[in-house]
Amino acid sequence: MRAPLTRDRVLELLDGVPDPEVPVISVVELGIVRDVEVADDGGIAVTITPTYSGCPAMFEIEKDIRAALTAAGAPRVEMRTVLAPAWTTDWIGPEAREKLRAYGIAPPGRAEQGGLISLTRARAAVPCPWCGSKETELRSEFGSTACKAIHVCRSCKQPFDEFKAF
Amino acid sequence: MSAAKSGHDDEELGIATGDATPGVRPVAGSRGPKLAAPLVEYLLRLGDDRLVLGHRLSEWCGHGPILEEDIAIANISLDLIGQAASILRLAGQVEGAGRDEDALAYLREGVEYRNALLVEQPNGDFGQTMVRQCLFDAHSLLLWETLAKCGHEGLAAIAAKALKEDKYHLRHSSEWVVRLGDGTEESHARAQRALDGAWRYAGELFERDAVDDAVAAMGIAVDTAGIKSRWDAIVDEVLARATLVRPADAGMRRGGRVGRHTEHLGHLLATMQIVARSHPGAAW
Repeated sequence: MRAPLTRDRVLELLDGVPDPEVPVISVVELGIVRDVEVADDGGIAVTITPTYSGCPAMFEIEKDIRAALTAAGAPRVEMRTVLAPAWTTDWIGPEAREKLRAYGIAPPGRAEQGGLISLTRARAAVPCPWCGSKETELRSEFGSTACKAIHVCRSCKQPFDEFKAF
Repeated sequence: MSAAKSGHDDEELGIATGDATPGVRPVAGSRGPKLAAPLVEYLLRLGDDRLVLGHRLSEWCGHGPILEEDIAIANISLDLIGQAASILRLAGQVEGAGRDEDALAYLREGVEYRNALLVEQPNGDFGQTMVRQCLFDAHSLLLWETLAKCGHEGLAAIAAKALKEDKYHLRHSSEWVVRLGDGTEESHARAQRALDGAWRYAGELFERDAVDDAVAAMGIAVDTAGIKSRWDAIVDEVLARATLVRPADAGMRRGGRVGRHTEHLGHLLATMQIVARSHPGAAW
């Protein structure tokens, strides 16, 4: 019988579980994993939070986490979901942001805090993740997944995704 | 359509305000529809608005005027359906009758739906869809902002999350209203027609009845008049930039909150519920 997994080891394993839609970063780096508890009998409870209310990847993520921990010998994996505090892209750390950029996704800016919105958007141009140019324009605040916006670079003529501030 | 006869008295609704016990269905007045406990009713109203509008928007999938718009509408639809799932799950828990979000979405009849009439109206052209969306988003954003601070922990958590999503929704829909209203002669005329058509359904978003008062006593206090005046400011700003004329509040329609719907809801539910009803308990 294998020794029970420690909390640190579980986090390490989860850091090896890629986000299904942005596979260059892990579910831990994305900030989806909120807590891990290991019971005396080795049973593991993982608390996750959805990125967007309707994110269809949540089911996939739960499945992937279960599979990773079960493969590592966890006798029992319980998945819990919390909504508060609401997920924010501000939880994505500098290393993960660099991974996103290298993958071709412009990392998120700082999330808007409080207040309502200005209806006239006055955002600085998002630098192109391919060529670094700031000559870019927003095409749509809704992209291939809930968490991305679509931009196009006027310098290198490439379209690119931005992980939008949330 | 004229609304000469639109007055429904609140006492006709048969709402039992004193009873906040989950799962207990107060006996309705002989003429009124049956309503559940106030908190369940309140959550169904919130959830059904987003479920029905989310489903309506999904009808655009594959039919958007441009690819980016197809994607944007599908994203907004998904956000709303996700919000609805969270709220209906909570409604089922509060009700305590063993119904989860799927049972509430797929196995209720039209008269049991509590959405405002605005969200069940057909999509029409793209302008009609965006005008309806803008009127809804402005209200939704302000409502979530209030509910995020309410005394019900579960609802506050859903609201805080949804608020962030709705900021993107409102920016999107309001930009389109401006672009279409302040666009060509044709787009302006169609946007104005869309606004005139949607307006009579917008008033229902701000109606209060005994359900609102009952949940206010439970810590879910919404300053409806305050939200209305802030909604007016947002909408007036958008309409001014869009060079559209704000319609008069005449012939306002209501009834959705107590299950009196337009004929459009039944068709929507038929499409949405057919698979779940044809194959009970199926999983895929």
